[in-house]
Amino acid sequence: MINQQSPFIQKSSSVTSIMLLVILALIPGLVFYVHYFGVGVLLNLVAASITAILAEYLVLKIRKLPPKVYLYDGSALVAAWLLALSIPSIAPWWIIVVGTLFTIVIAKHFYGGLGSNIFNPAMIGYAVLLISFPALMTKWPSPIENSLSLESIGQAFQIFFYGLEVVGDGLTSATPLDYVKTELLQGQILPDISIASISTSTNLTSTQIVSLGYLLGGVGLLYKKIISWHLPVTYLLSLAFISGFFHFVDPNNFSSVTFHLLNGGTILCAFFILTDPVSGPTTPKGKLWFAFMVAILVYVIRVFGGYPEGIAFAVIFMNICVPLIDNLTQPKVFGHD
Amino acid sequence: MSIVDKIFKFNGGIKTDTRKTVSTSHPIKKISMPKKLILPLRQHVGRVAKLKVNLGEKVLKGQLIAEADGNVSAAIHAPTSGIIVSVEKQSIPHPSGLPDYCVTLIPDGKDTWIKKDPVNWKKIGREETIKKIYSSGIVGLGGATFPSHLKLHNNNNEIKTLVVNAAECEPYITCDDMLMREKSVDLIEGIRLVLHLLGAENAIIGIEDNKPEAIEKLTVLVKKDEHISIKVVPTIYPSGDAKRLIYLLTGTQIAKGKRSAEYGIQMFNVATIVALYNFINLGEPSISRIITITGNVTAPNNYEVLFGTPLSDLIVDAGGVIKKSSSFIMGGPMMGFKLPSVNVPVTKAMNCVINAGSEMVENNSPVLPCIRCARCADACPVTLQPQELFWFSQSNQFEKAENYNLFDCIECGCCSYVCPSNIPLVQYYRYAKSEIIGERHAKEEADIARERNDFRLHRLQREKEERAKKVAERKANTSSDEKSKVIDEKRKAITEALERIKNEEVSEK
Amino acid sequence: MLTSVLIVLFLALIIGSILGFSSIKFKVEGDPIIDKIDSILPQTQCGQCSYPGCKPYATAIAKGEADINQCPPGGDDGVRRLAELLGVEYKPLNEEHGNTKPKSIAVIDESTCIGCTLCIQACPVDAILGAAKHMHTIIEKECTGCELCLPPCPVDCIDMVALQENTENWKWKYPVFSIKNQKQRVSP
Repeated sequence: MINQQSPFIQKSSSVTSIMLLVILALIPGLVFYVHYFGVGVLLNLVAASITAILAEYLVLKIRKLPPKVYLYDGSALVAAWLLALSIPSIAPWWIIVVGTLFTIVIAKHFYGGLGSNIFNPAMIGYAVLLISFPALMTKWPSPIENSLSLESIGQAFQIFFYGLEVVGDGLTSATPLDYVKTELLQGQILPDISIASISTSTNLTSTQIVSLGYLLGGVGLLYKKIISWHLPVTYLLSLAFISGFFHFVDPNNFSSVTFHLLNGGTILCAFFILTDPVSGPTTPKGKLWFAFMVAILVYVIRVFGGYPEGIAFAVIFMNICVPLIDNLTQPKVFGHD
Repeated sequence: MSIVDKIFKFNGGIKTDTRKTVSTSHPIKKISMPKKLILPLRQHVGRVAKLKVNLGEKVLKGQLIAEADGNVSAAIHAPTSGIIVSVEKQSIPHPSGLPDYCVTLIPDGKDTWIKKDPVNWKKIGREETIKKIYSSGIVGLGGATFPSHLKLHNNNNEIKTLVVNAAECEPYITCDDMLMREKSVDLIEGIRLVLHLLGAENAIIGIEDNKPEAIEKLTVLVKKDEHISIKVVPTIYPSGDAKRLIYLLTGTQIAKGKRSAEYGIQMFNVATIVALYNFINLGEPSISRIITITGNVTAPNNYEVLFGTPLSDLIVDAGGVIKKSSSFIMGGPMMGFKLPSVNVPVTKAMNCVINAGSEMVENNSPVLPCIRCARCADACPVTLQPQELFWFSQSNQFEKAENYNLFDCIECGCCSYVCPSNIPLVQYYRYAKSEIIGERHAKEEADIARERNDFRLHRLQREKEERAKKVAERKANTSSDEKSKVIDEKRKAITEALERIKNEEVSEK
Repeated sequence: MLTSVLIVLFLALIIGSILGFSSIKFKVEGDPIIDKIDSILPQTQCGQCSYPGCKPYATAIAKGEADINQCPPGGDDGVRRLAELLGVEYKPLNEEHGNTKPKSIAVIDESTCIGCTLCIQACPVDAILGAAKHMHTIIEKECTGCELCLPPCPVDCIDMVALQENTENWKWKYPVFSIKNQKQRVSP
């Protein structure tokens, strides 16, 4: 090290430890996921992780960057995990591989690698898959009893390697968001649409419990000060406010607040996707605006758009606005008017 | 004692292991007389002091060696009696590691004082006292080394509040803490003196809550004084930064490029106040200071040291170094700098020297790209956007960096401290600032050169025109009628004279 | 077919008249581009660009007669700035005009100087003091280091001395570090 200057002491935090904590925070949600929907998601995670690490290694070699340093930072792994958790756990292996490759090679490294990607890599990977393979990407697993039984584990492997066709369509169902949307489009009104038809015996649906698992991890991240409160809190409050407003005006056609907050990827998005530092805003005020705008876009796409879930598109769209948001929300410098 | 409790918190700052107790277990020690003293001629902000002694001259302790050159400058006095043996460039404590002019004094060991001249400040009045302080050589001893007489003058600004900086927020440094414990009476008397010189109404002592002993001693002393109050601030670096401390205590934010005096506030460090008190009361100019020697030394402690003492002597007195670490940091670990060698002298700015282990001076962890996590922005006590400043500084886009208020940065190092990517952010800001200042300087020089060149071209043009005018005038004159008339007349006279001669010749014949 | 032709013609007419109007209404007096170029040039007035000074060179660049890479004292950085200002491609310094040297100033060896005043006449910024048959000296602060005083000196008593770095003009350097080291730093 040449010309060493002050400060001579440093806090013991590193990008690696931040990324590891993010992965750790995903575990509670993951446990519920496995419990209700089987081990398919684990297979996806493994496939995504291996693909991400190999792709990252190769690209780093090509870019003549030291793989030892950059692989160690863990950012590729986080992106791969977020992608794997966003797509249906009953997707075949090649969907995961294609999506992860797109995430790492194109969305991350084509833009300059760690720290330079303007879009959230996992969301780019997700959007590409959704547009390219809409049929596969909208088939979600039905909750299964005894997810850890040998039979369901075997089934998960079969689906992973050979696709859904081998086991038949009986295992799939629409997500609550999808289901309600389709029913509404067919002229039904909400009180008549039985949410119970897609829920388990408990009061909360299984997807909602998975969401609560993510919430637990997210609160842990807030507690460890890995993420700031601005993004998740504003996002959830805004989404609650907007959905509450529409539900209040017309309860027959607009779903309730809890429905919007606990279904789909809302919680995962609030704590893990919005909080990607690289592609997000940096100023406190900017974070408020960013989260607020994402909430509006998510609601608009969910309710009025063509897709049942709008997080990926909303986040990608708002990523484009980040430089502008940062520029317009500069905080007041000490001693300035 | 009036109690003002409200603390105005600034953005960010950091909490860290202060490592202060290592050097506070023993009272301040004095060291034996060194074999030679090296006195740099610039130990302060402003112009180099003008040399006032000759080679081989014998000087007494406290005698003037170099006087202040103009207003923004400070005098230098002989720290002991002895002989001046050289004036030459020597290694000095400066981040560049470049040598500068120093006076070398060989002590005679007698330590004889020159006649001390205490100032009867109650009798001679404010103006006269400040004039005396001009030649005292006292500068800000907190490390900024701004000449103190300038701060007392305060240029027609009415000062209401004196803020006494006793925060000492940098880790490791304890010299102010120990000074307050051992010279608390002098300090309070000094505060009363400075209050009088400033014409200020009240003084607030800002002190971090990690100095309970000092707080206790001072509290007892100011109990019955309604003009002096003590405000205990939480230990958050950099609360000792001038503008941050003023905000913490008074809620006033001093804008960039403004002096606190314009807001009716003046700030002095505790060590400076004690130095002023000693000068006025005892007639002793600035010849020594208290300095913390800590880190990898056998006996970390505070020492009262004469200016010019070679650091190597001081380290020997502190029992030498543990292990073989030869890196010395002057100042604290957050804002200090690595000394070029152990042979540099103690100067007015030197409040602390840390013998640094390799974990401090060898940064071996990899530097990763910025992930825009904004932890630096959260830690910045000036509410800047360090990640943007870094982006523009590292790509040499200085104009943009300036737009993001680069020059508001106080280089406190909080951003580098918290950066998970290990980016040496402050190093980039220092680089960018010094490039911009260099550029401005070059621009000024270019402007002067352009002006002088323009002037010269004008002058040449003017000279050319004048010459042409003269030539033209001469030509014009020769062809004028008057001239030809004169010539005709002369010719006539000549021909007439010739004819006369002819006629005379003829008549003679 | 006819309507579209008419529409295009109509548009052309309107836009043309707006452009014509604004070119008269918002006419820029003088040519500030010369001053802008001149402010980038280092004002050494050395003539290495083959023009008699910085301003003439700036004028020549503005007219398109001279290239932007003819100023060695301005260096690579200067060329880049000119390229940016004029919106042209950067090109490396033309070596025919000389190489960039560290900034230096002229110093007269006062024991050899015969007081001929030739250097005074050559100095473009009047930075040399002295009278006929008296020793000359250079005002350090004003010297641009153009070296124009060197050739006329009949006794070769002028030397160029590179400026030394001292504590006043010293600058912090660009941070240099290796990204390959992998040892973890000890926290306090």
